[in-house]
Amino acid sequence: MKARFGLRAIAGVYLALVLVGPLVIVFWSAFRHGVGPVWDAISSPDAVAALKLTLLTAAIAVPANTIFGILAALVLARRRFPGRRAVSALIDLPLALSPVVVGLALVLVWGRAGWFGPWAINHGVSVIFSTPGIVLATMVVSLPFVTRELVPVLRELGIEQQEAAATLGANPLQIVWRITLPAVRYGLIYGVVLTTARVIGEFGAVAVVSGNIAGQSQTMTLYVEDRFQEFDLVGAYSASVLLACISIATVVVLRLLNRRGVQ
Amino acid sequence: MVTRAVDAPGPAMRRRRVRANGAGTSLSLGVAVVYLSLIVLIPLAALAWKAVGGGWSQFWTAVTSPEAVAALRLTFEVTGAAVAINAVMGTLIAWVLVRDAFPGRAVVDVLLDLPFALPTIVAGLTLLSLYGVNGPLGVNIAYTKAGIVLALMFVTLPFSVRAVQPVLAALDRDMEDAAATLGAGPFTIARRVVLPNLAPAILSGIGLAFSRAIGEFGAVVLIAGNLPFKTETASVYIFGQIENDNAQGAAAAALVLLVASLVLLVIFGFLESRVTRHEG
Repeated sequence: MKARFGLRAIAGVYLALVLVGPLVIVFWSAFRHGVGPVWDAISSPDAVAALKLTLLTAAIAVPANTIFGILAALVLARRRFPGRRAVSALIDLPLALSPVVVGLALVLVWGRAGWFGPWAINHGVSVIFSTPGIVLATMVVSLPFVTRELVPVLRELGIEQQEAAATLGANPLQIVWRITLPAVRYGLIYGVVLTTARVIGEFGAVAVVSGNIAGQSQTMTLYVEDRFQEFDLVGAYSASVLLACISIATVVVLRLLNRRGVQ
Repeated sequence: MVTRAVDAPGPAMRRRRVRANGAGTSLSLGVAVVYLSLIVLIPLAALAWKAVGGGWSQFWTAVTSPEAVAALRLTFEVTGAAVAINAVMGTLIAWVLVRDAFPGRAVVDVLLDLPFALPTIVAGLTLLSLYGVNGPLGVNIAYTKAGIVLALMFVTLPFSVRAVQPVLAALDRDMEDAAATLGAGPFTIARRVVLPNLAPAILSGIGLAFSRAIGEFGAVVLIAGNLPFKTETASVYIFGQIENDNAQGAAAAALVLLVASLVLLVIFGFLESRVTRHEG
């Protein structure tokens, strides 16, 4: 019994020092002088612009990766084709990549001296130091989540119902939309929530490809760093509190989905 | 198992399925491959080309520059330290969560997912606010190796705990009971019965944590500051080289990180397959 309490105490102290303590301090530092300064900080023009850019990025990257994730998961779960394992490994690859490496790779393709960069600039689109680059960077880092959640649930689901629908004359799109997706909806939502959290929270890859200009190409995470470097701690903590609240909501939603029998 | 059964329908069904889904899947596959190429494959090819396209000697010169070597060495040191600490603490926390019924366990369990979801820059900022220059505890980890290790411990904690937790929960307690009736004390049981059963899970947690921590940037950058040869990790070094317009040097170091990550993924996959075979 003594050993049990000892272990519990060690685990508790470790979690308090590494996880809980720092979070509590940020909330405490932000709200030390009441809600007013926090509200002023996150309703400043630069903060609002950063929030808008983050939401715009999520509005593009999340649907794009969701559609890709569904297609890829259907193919990976249902088909055997040459190169199947390579495709699967490539989808997982961003999990093992440093965000900075992702950003650099995108600069080397879409930058002024990159492979496709000059072509894009000639067509009036600048990718790097601008919104398309930010969206692209978040798409890369959040690529695996929907597929990874869907493949196992699709395998478990099998194909009987879809075949029944096919024999009754449903076309492939109808089958996916009306049979497959409703059946795997919790796994799909789980993947989409993970994707969204990653897109909103991405820092390294975005830091490389964005020009980090306040009010223009600054996402929420870049804004946090910028405020910190400018010694505006209230601004940095306020934006951090907002992001932390989104993260806490994410974690709670994922747990509720888990109860529904995902994974 | 169920999948196997429905995967093998009669010949009539199979023909029907090909007609119903064949064109659709080929199209899906095509779209997926094009998307994957644009998002992952082509950028990585550009990176590899930038790193070694100018010849191996250029690549070698770049990765053996003193600053690059110092950054890579520091990265492996701090990552190794953080992952080792979390292998122990993560296993311990998993044990407490699975075997110890204490009030608030559900909250702690949910909380452990937070480092997954919290933006890394916020993680770095929170650690600095408690352990930084003007922190309430009077310790200062800013611009120190210990600070970087702490940041990596924060981001990799869920990997270490979640790898062990389900295996521990599924572990049959008969073996431990048998050991106890044969006179083994709690430490002997932990060392000779529980730990050997958990070893594959702990190793796979180490692999995941390692490949995550090795490239970490957001949580590290504020704490590491910008001190070459002292607290500059590989990702911070790469970022600095990009800012200094040295794309080749950045790409060379990035390729080293990428290959290290891939090697870790392969090792991890190997361990995972061993665990699966063991259970099946």
